[in-house]
Amino acid sequence: MTLAGAAIRASESPPQPGPADFNLPPIFEVAGFGITKPMVLVVLSAVIAFGVLYTMSRRAAVVPGRLQFAGEAMYGFVRNGIARENIGAPDYHRYVPYLFTIFVFVLVNNYYGMIPFFQFPTMSRIGYPLALALIAWVVYNVAGIARHGLLGYLRLQTLPPGLPAWIVPIIVPLEFLSNILLRPLTLTLRLFATMFAGHLLLILFALGGEYLLLHSDNALAIPGGILSFVMFIAISFLELLIMFLQAYVFTLLTAMYIGLALADEH
Amino acid sequence: MSTDVVRAAEDLNPLIPHVSEIVIGLVVFGILFFLIVKFVAPNFEKAYADRTKAIEGGISAAETKQAEADARLAELEKQLADARHEAARIREEAREQGAQIVAEMREQANREAERIKENGKATIEAERQQAVTSLRAEVGTLATALAGRIVGESLEDDERANRVVDRFLADLEDLETSRQAAPGVNGGAV
Repeated sequence: MTLAGAAIRASESPPQPGPADFNLPPIFEVAGFGITKPMVLVVLSAVIAFGVLYTMSRRAAVVPGRLQFAGEAMYGFVRNGIARENIGAPDYHRYVPYLFTIFVFVLVNNYYGMIPFFQFPTMSRIGYPLALALIAWVVYNVAGIARHGLLGYLRLQTLPPGLPAWIVPIIVPLEFLSNILLRPLTLTLRLFATMFAGHLLLILFALGGEYLLLHSDNALAIPGGILSFVMFIAISFLELLIMFLQAYVFTLLTAMYIGLALADEH
Repeated sequence: MSTDVVRAAEDLNPLIPHVSEIVIGLVVFGILFFLIVKFVAPNFEKAYADRTKAIEGGISAAETKQAEADARLAELEKQLADARHEAARIREEAREQGAQIVAEMREQANREAERIKENGKATIEAERQQAVTSLRAEVGTLATALAGRIVGESLEDDERANRVVDRFLADLEDLETSRQAAPGVNGGAV
């Protein structure tokens, strides 16, 4: 739908991909409330993620089949590679399902950007990463407060040990800002911006290549268009990597924040 | 009109989140989290735990079997050693018994030989005694005979008497010398 809408404009003038391409009109309305494509995709992502994971884990056999093996590899990656590394035993067990949910949820929604017909990374709508970041913010702060008490937790988070007294008034607000206030924002922006920029690049090279090949009179249009499509393919592979990486980073940072909140000193 | 423009501008700013999307994100994430906690994570954890248990169980079972085998081997070796010991003991005993038997037999044979020798001696002694007895009896008889002859002739002549005595003595000497030359024969004949 994005491509189609932009393609109509491309027939008259050079395409100008921008934020408008992410602002999709509602597909249909439910009781006066417009349902957009990303909303459908987000709901579908939960269905897909749960369907696949349930199929993989249902048998829970000691000797796993192929599906279960793949599922266990993914689950073990989050459990042992992320949760245990950053939170540590024995606390990490409680957070594994949560971190695993983040990972698969972000992963599926990111890869929407590469799968034909879906072709829209849901996380390029800032509301969704923001929702995840808010949950992460609540989880790691609650974990820290439950472990150390409110004041103890704030002291651990804002006052690194062993500082000279004169620097404390400067450090405490800075640490509070970075550890308590800005973490959800950086989580949100990192995921949103990479997905947004990646998708924008893909649109740019796809529409630009199409325009140069079909609608431009410039002498360099044909090689430029070919180059544009080559770039499109190269960027696509890069995106495949970034989409995984962002899911990993979001999960990793959440686990680190929880680990830091639970740790006695850092 | 102006509100529409403002709304359109807000819509186009990708940094301004839509509340509806945050809410949907929260709800969908919550549902997915619930489903994973309820149906997915426990299964994976169960598979891990079962596998760990199976491996540990296998290892401990193998260790038990190994220990049993070791114990049985030690027992068998002990039995073997006992048996060897027993065999050696029996051999030793047999050898001792054999030696004892040989010694006993030898002693018995010696005793038998001794007994036979003693018997022989006793027989010889008895025969000698018998010979002496019979000799004495014969000497008596001879003496009597001599006395008879002496008495029969003595009354006539002293000279004759002297001759008788001389003859008797000569006879006796003859008898003595012949006996010395062949004592067994004379002994038997007298």
